[in-house]
Amino acid sequence: MSVQAAAMEGRLPERGLGVYDKKVGMWIFLCSEVMFFSGLIGSYIILRFGAGNEWPLPGEVLNIPVTAVNTFILICSSVSMVKAYAAISQGDQAGLRKWLIATVVMGAIFLGVQAYEYSELINHGFTPASGLYGSTFFTMTGFHGFHVLCGVVSMSYITLKAFRGHYTKEDHQGVEVIGLYWHFVDLVWIILFTVVYLI
Amino acid sequence: MATEEGRKHPNYMAVWAGLAILTAVEVGIVYLGFSRNVIVMVLLALAVWKALLVAMYFMHLKFEPKAVSIVAASPLLPAAILIIFILFENFG
Repeated sequence: MSVQAAAMEGRLPERGLGVYDKKVGMWIFLCSEVMFFSGLIGSYIILRFGAGNEWPLPGEVLNIPVTAVNTFILICSSVSMVKAYAAISQGDQAGLRKWLIATVVMGAIFLGVQAYEYSELINHGFTPASGLYGSTFFTMTGFHGFHVLCGVVSMSYITLKAFRGHYTKEDHQGVEVIGLYWHFVDLVWIILFTVVYLI
Repeated sequence: MATEEGRKHPNYMAVWAGLAILTAVEVGIVYLGFSRNVIVMVLLALAVWKALLVAMYFMHLKFEPKAVSIVAASPLLPAAILIIFILFENFG
């Protein structure tokens, strides 16, 4: 492809920001997601610490050990994601596929454990209707889980493309960009876990 | 085709180890007998540290042009304003 054609397609680093279009687009999308989660988490913090002692302590209601392990699993999936990116940036197709599958599997495990957590909580009477605590908890973690689900679905698509040999050492923008989304989902969980489960 | 490559890859496993250790410290701190305010401050600092590790190394911000970091940091001020307004609405 000629340089002009590549530039027209937005595949070259632009002079302004120095990165290609897809990456700029993903970062701007992530900025909007920051606002989204800030609204939810900020509201939770204000409601909870304005309610004084009326809300139970997280440890009394939530399963901190299981969720801590789940947090670790999500962090591991971020590592496998970045290893997949590192692999394809060196042209290692086998490594790309291996690490992408690991990421999808660990993302799915995270979702499974969250679903299990939800069923346990609901069986013990803690539901989205359990006052402000219940509604804020399930809204925050539910929306995060939905983001993880979208990530797993997108990641599966990227993995399919990887198995079809769609990515090369020269062109693997899709892998990098989905990686950014995945790391963001992990980052939000890092904040969520600390604020909702530990504090 | 020109790309941004020639970029460096940090030691991802070292970052992973750091994240794992910070998570373990976070969970452990809750069960030690510090005062509530100390726990909250330490937990928030650790969470920010972990978030920065993910952003700088996994999301490659450390190795991108500075302009990308500016874009990435740009929602923090509006987010702070949002939260301040929620605060005033609840307690104003």
